[in-house]
Amino acid sequence: MTVPFRMTGGEVRLDRRPVLRGVDLTVEPGEVLAVMGPNGSGKSTLIRSLLGLIPLSAGRVELYGVPPARFRDWKRVGYVPQRLSVGGGVPATVREVVSSGRIARQSRFRPFSAADRRAVDRALDAVGMADRARDSAQELSGGQQQRVLIARALAGEPDVFVMDEPTAGVDAASQETLARTLREQVAQGRTVVLVAHELGPMEPLITRSVVLEDGRIAHEGAPPRPRGECARPGHDHVHPHAPAEEPHLLS
Amino acid sequence: MIELLSYDFLRRALIAAVLVGIAAPAVGTFIVQRRLALLGDGIGHIALTGVGLGLLTRTSPTILALVVSALGAVAIELLRVRTRTGGDVALALLFYGGLAGGVLFANLSGGSANLGSYLFGSISSVGTGDLYIIAGLAVAVIVILALFGRELFVLCQDEEVARASGLPVRFLSLLIAVTAALTVVVAMRAVGLLLVSALMVVPVAAAQQLTRGFRATIGLAVVVGVVASVGGLWVSVDADFAPGPTIVLLAMAVFLVAVGTGRLVRMRRTDVK
Ligand SMILES: Nc1ncnc2c1ncn2[C@@H]1O[C@H](COP(=O)(O)OP(=O)(O)OP(=O)(O)O)[C@@H](O)[C@H]1O
Ligand SMILES: [Mg+2]
Repeated sequence: MTVPFRMTGGEVRLDRRPVLRGVDLTVEPGEVLAVMGPNGSGKSTLIRSLLGLIPLSAGRVELYGVPPARFRDWKRVGYVPQRLSVGGGVPATVREVVSSGRIARQSRFRPFSAADRRAVDRALDAVGMADRARDSAQELSGGQQQRVLIARALAGEPDVFVMDEPTAGVDAASQETLARTLREQVAQGRTVVLVAHELGPMEPLITRSVVLEDGRIAHEGAPPRPRGECARPGHDHVHPHAPAEEPHLLS
Repeated sequence: MIELLSYDFLRRALIAAVLVGIAAPAVGTFIVQRRLALLGDGIGHIALTGVGLGLLTRTSPTILALVVSALGAVAIELLRVRTRTGGDVALALLFYGGLAGGVLFANLSGGSANLGSYLFGSISSVGTGDLYIIAGLAVAVIVILALFGRELFVLCQDEEVARASGLPVRFLSLLIAVTAALTVVVAMRAVGLLLVSALMVVPVAAAQQLTRGFRATIGLAVVVGVVASVGGLWVSVDADFAPGPTIVLLAMAVFLVAVGTGRLVRMRRTDVK
């Protein structure tokens, strides 16, 4: 049984500065893992290196048992990058952007099929953007653009979602909708890795969280609750590197 | 116009204008999408060295421009990836090198007067041989975009997402750069190397004033490109203007009209709501 992600001793240097220092992380199928930590602690770097978007300077990473460079089954992965806007210097409609999430499932000579179209419709509904499908994505508000990026990943019907701050700038109602959508996905056996500062309505979904601090996993265990529940059973603290830093982590 | 078509050189010029009007804005849409609007300018400068070499060695300047600009496009793409900071300086060096090389080689060949027709275009001097090359390249460009359009859209939208979708990002980046180089050579005879990029960028800028989608933008940009290049050719023959600058200024005029119309349309839309 291969797991979605396994990183052992993962180290990343950017501009010769260590940004990840010896991260060991395994993501099991069906898990909903929250990656937390202060700005600059290496959360985005961790997820991007899990996907092979940044090379490791030491250690190794495997996607479904294969190093990213040799991984071929990209339709199993749905990535929502941390972005302020959908990007691109030319207008693209919301439907065009969301449809592009099907790319890993398409072959060159097969036109967009009815199944593709249904998946795109479902994704648009899931983020409540169906009525804006024909509008230019670049002319939407920041939170709406974020929902378009989520819909693009949903449209690909992947087995594992990798989402970098998917709820940043997204209003409470849309966060509820997203949480509901993710709950359905998880019920179907999908795996989720997400970065978040505020879990909000997604909190009950989270099965495990890791807290990064300065490129190391400083805390790992059950999802942090708003109040002091550290004594709760099943909440095992793991402080491999920086125990002294723990008190202010979750405050 | 119709009676003018009995002139062979004008028929060739018209065919070249239509091909350029289609190919340049179509590639330009992807390049603007990728936020590399000045890529065409860079390749245009490099192509000049190819023209100079062609004049010097008395071989086809068009074919040498094609080879050198394709190599230059690959070099630009490699520089873009390798150097995160200072990349624009590296590009600038390539541009100046290209321009200086072109002028130097053309001077050595004693035919630097010819250089002007490549710098500013001379669509009415397109010979049959050149026309075959232009037509072949234009068809190649259109076929490449038709085959790889979906992948190139994702790449130009967000390179990281393209990689996480399993697309061959390295190959596609080179493909779009080389396609741009082919287009530069197609457009070189019409508007000249110094104005090539205008035909790749201005119709797109005009189209996106009025459109909300990517497909719609490509379609309208191609219409604007054909109208500007054919219209510009006609005006230039009629009024005895230089064709290259006439084509580009006509495209600019369409852009200004599109900006005004776009404003009006958007005001209406908000009024209705
Ligand atoms: N391209 C880069 N070159 C050099 N250093 C970088 C680069 N990208 C990020 N870094 C550095 O790596 C560190 C971790 O960045 P990362 O983006 O992973 O943080 P993060 O935890 O996602 O922060 P945020 O909460 O702001 O999204 C930061 O200190 C940052 O300065
Ligand atoms: Mg981040």
